[in-house]
Amino acid sequence: MVKWYPTEDVQKVRVKRANKPARLRGGVSPGQILILLAGKHQGKRVAFLKQLESGLLLVTGPYKLNGVPLKRVPQAYTVPTSTKIDISGSDFSKVTDAYFAKEKENTKKTEEAFFAPKKEKKPFSDAKKAMQKSVDAGIVNKVADPVVKKYLKTKFRLRNGMFPHTLKF
Amino acid sequence: MAHARFVEIGRVAYVNFGPEKGKLCVIIDVVDNKRALVDGPSTGVARQQMPFSRISLTEFVLPVKRNQMSSNVAKIFDSHEVVKKWNSSTAGKHIEHSLRRANLTDFERFKLMIAQKKKSSALKKELKKLTVKH
Repeated sequence: MVKWYPTEDVQKVRVKRANKPARLRGGVSPGQILILLAGKHQGKRVAFLKQLESGLLLVTGPYKLNGVPLKRVPQAYTVPTSTKIDISGSDFSKVTDAYFAKEKENTKKTEEAFFAPKKEKKPFSDAKKAMQKSVDAGIVNKVADPVVKKYLKTKFRLRNGMFPHTLKF
Repeated sequence: MAHARFVEIGRVAYVNFGPEKGKLCVIIDVVDNKRALVDGPSTGVARQQMPFSRISLTEFVLPVKRNQMSSNVAKIFDSHEVVKKWNSSTAGKHIEHSLRRANLTDFERFKLMIAQKKKSSALKKELKKLTVKH
């Protein structure tokens, strides 16, 4: 029998399900030290603070130790290690996805604006600097062992004979 | 040649590859030029054929008879405290260390690196004192 087709093409309505935020993998918990795998800070060991609503991980260097600021990182670009530090003394509840939103610039697309000399980059906001300091203070003070501090300062590096699939983190 | 380790009945062997990897066993009989019959009732090795390519001969030889019963092999094995002697021998320690090295976490590897650096810098310092200056 020939398949029955409607006379007019009817679009099949597909129900769009809301995306669930990414599951936290590898037994990662707040305070765990992660190794960043990509970007400007590749190889750096950072402290994991919390998972944001978007599913990205909120991490901080701390900034004083390795120059990594409060940063959002996708889970796929991290390797969790088995080391944990105490971050209970740090308040980062105000840092959410909205904190990282880019400020919208009012640029009119006119000819003069196109040929006008480029504006200088906006300096890093003082409010954000203050937030970084307050979040990091609670973490760095609790790190008693100088070896752990050195560990956070040092980048992860593969050497001869080190194969990632055999390494335990 | 005088200090060579021979395949003989009662030679304790360490298994390097295969399902019995990492275990000690005793050579009970020789099948042909490539296989032995081994048994390790105290260490969890069932009586079976074992190619010589899979095993390393250790320095220990037990007074076991050819094709001796497993239970008697176990008695002799335990009375000679083979596992204890193996763990304190150079080869046994080496294996324990390499296992430990393979299971180091990232932080432990970091601490090891720092310790090695300290050691080598201390050595170099002393060496410099001893070298003749031209």
